[in-house]
Amino acid sequence: MRVLFAAALAALVFADSASAAERPRCGVPDYLLFGDSQLKRVFGAVVAEKRLRIAVVGTGSSALAGPDGPPSAYPARLEAVLGQRLSGVAVKVVTLLRTRLNAEDLAKGMDKLVVDEKPNLVIWQTGTIDAIRRVDPDTFKLALEEGVDRLHKGGADVILMNMQFSPRTETMIAVGPYADVMRVVAQHYDTPLFDRLGIMRHWSETGAFDLYAAGKDNVLAQRVHDCIARAIAALVINAGRLQAGQ
Amino acid sequence: MHSPVVTTTTGRDLRLDLFRGLALWLIFLDHIPSNVVSWITIRNYGFSDATEIFIFISGYTAAFVYGRAMNERGFVVSGARILKRAWQIYVAHIFLFAIYMAEISYVATSFENPLYAEEMNILDFLKQPDQTIVQALLLKFKPANMDVLPLYIVLLILFPPILWLLQRAPTLALAASAATYVLAWWFNVNLPAYPSGVWYFNPFAWQLLFVFGAWCALGGAARLGPALRSRVTTAVALAYIAFGIVIALTWYLPGFSRLVHLPVWLDDLIYPIDKTNLDVLRFAHFLALAAVTVRFVPRTWPLLNSWALYPAILCGQHSLEVFCLGVFLAFAGHFAMVEVSGAIWMQILISVLGIIVMIGTAALLMWYKAVEGRGSTTRPKSADADLAGGEA
Repeated sequence: MRVLFAAALAALVFADSASAAERPRCGVPDYLLFGDSQLKRVFGAVVAEKRLRIAVVGTGSSALAGPDGPPSAYPARLEAVLGQRLSGVAVKVVTLLRTRLNAEDLAKGMDKLVVDEKPNLVIWQTGTIDAIRRVDPDTFKLALEEGVDRLHKGGADVILMNMQFSPRTETMIAVGPYADVMRVVAQHYDTPLFDRLGIMRHWSETGAFDLYAAGKDNVLAQRVHDCIARAIAALVINAGRLQAGQ
Repeated sequence: MHSPVVTTTTGRDLRLDLFRGLALWLIFLDHIPSNVVSWITIRNYGFSDATEIFIFISGYTAAFVYGRAMNERGFVVSGARILKRAWQIYVAHIFLFAIYMAEISYVATSFENPLYAEEMNILDFLKQPDQTIVQALLLKFKPANMDVLPLYIVLLILFPPILWLLQRAPTLALAASAATYVLAWWFNVNLPAYPSGVWYFNPFAWQLLFVFGAWCALGGAARLGPALRSRVTTAVALAYIAFGIVIALTWYLPGFSRLVHLPVWLDDLIYPIDKTNLDVLRFAHFLALAAVTVRFVPRTWPLLNSWALYPAILCGQHSLEVFCLGVFLAFAGHFAMVEVSGAIWMQILISVLGIIVMIGTAALLMWYKAVEGRGSTTRPKSADADLAGGEA
């Protein structure tokens, strides 16, 4: 029994160090990224108009601080990556940051957003502030439904993006229930969910990033945002049934 | 539980201690985030988790202990003892809150990583300490993973009249409990939380499990005996547990969820599984587990007296202390993972060490009790009840 346990332990330790030694890039397994939901308005805009307008609506974790912050945060990187992969398509990503607002507050602005920005796709990043403030999950769910509804009626596709995987605050911020609600809402509206939580957890577990690391510099944050942008671009192309190079 | 519980006791039902001890271990493991060992816990294999076991057994032992006190000493004395117990749990909860505050303050002020600037808003609530700390004392503000003890406190405060009724008209008491559960669902009744929302464990829903446990202790289990022994019950319970496993697998195995495509109506029926209001699926899942357990683990099961199960039984016999310790150890263990290493060997090490510390503490508490018990010339008659009562 004891020998077996020791062997199992050794195997796990070995597996762990082996995966760290390989230093995988920030690839994401298909099951974490792709689903069955389609982005039909994105497809229409790209095929018919050769243009794609994306609006990122979110809170603090959609931005990076500092002078080099905005161009290296994932919205700007997404514009660059999608522009490259969809050659001949004019890709524009606008960011509408509302730091410290919960989903309910964000949902209220969605009508105005579709009129002002006329996006084909809205990436709605939310959940963190709600989890920190422990907003009632039912209230959170209603706000998401209201927001997605308004965006769909306004003619935009929606990708819901959940919170970051933040190992240090895991015992302090209970993100689980909010992530579950987001999954349920995405499923109900047949709209893609960008599971940032699961994807970043995967990167942490495979050793792609050391998300436990501390430090003032932006290097890690910029690399993570770049990888997030690449993953979103892959999701947009997959769910929009687009062909890279189109 | 199919053997009738006699109030002139012939000793404790060790199964209660065993499963409560195991539940405490599982709660500890589940409270450590990103812990590979938590894959063994039952929440990953069905609808319910260790919380249900803990609340049910707590109701069972509360009725067993205080029920006898109510028979012997009357409503006022036993009611006072129940409230004293609620007070102890309240103090324990506030103590845990202080530890939590220390950890969160440390992390939020010393940890720097631009990626997580937003998450560091966790200290926002300290901007109004006058509000937050008062709300915490009122049990309205509860940090993550600290929701079980407030539930337990409310359940105990409400328990004296329920126990009184259970002893006189058990069926009526159980029906009233079920009616409260239904009404709480119907009218969405819950206690308010701070800064917004409601309690994570709705006491008006979860009381059903507590009262059901109490009802079983006061003769209900004996009445259910024939039904529990029937093969049909066991078959239905096993089928439901299997169904729970299939559904749970779709949460974790992406390949499997593509293989087993649930029809939309079933999907709509199942989700969301409402833990706050003790979803019917969860309650039924607990009942199925309990039915199978009492069928295959008799009260006289020889292993209950074996050394292998003794550590879990020991923990179950000091549940309040071990529960609080588990919450603290989960904090501390996670902190160590963040500061030292989050590797898998570390997760296993922390899980194993944590359980060893829980066992060691339970043994120490037992030693204290033995020493104090020896001090008095005649062991008071209620000593046995106190041992259990201390754990109700």
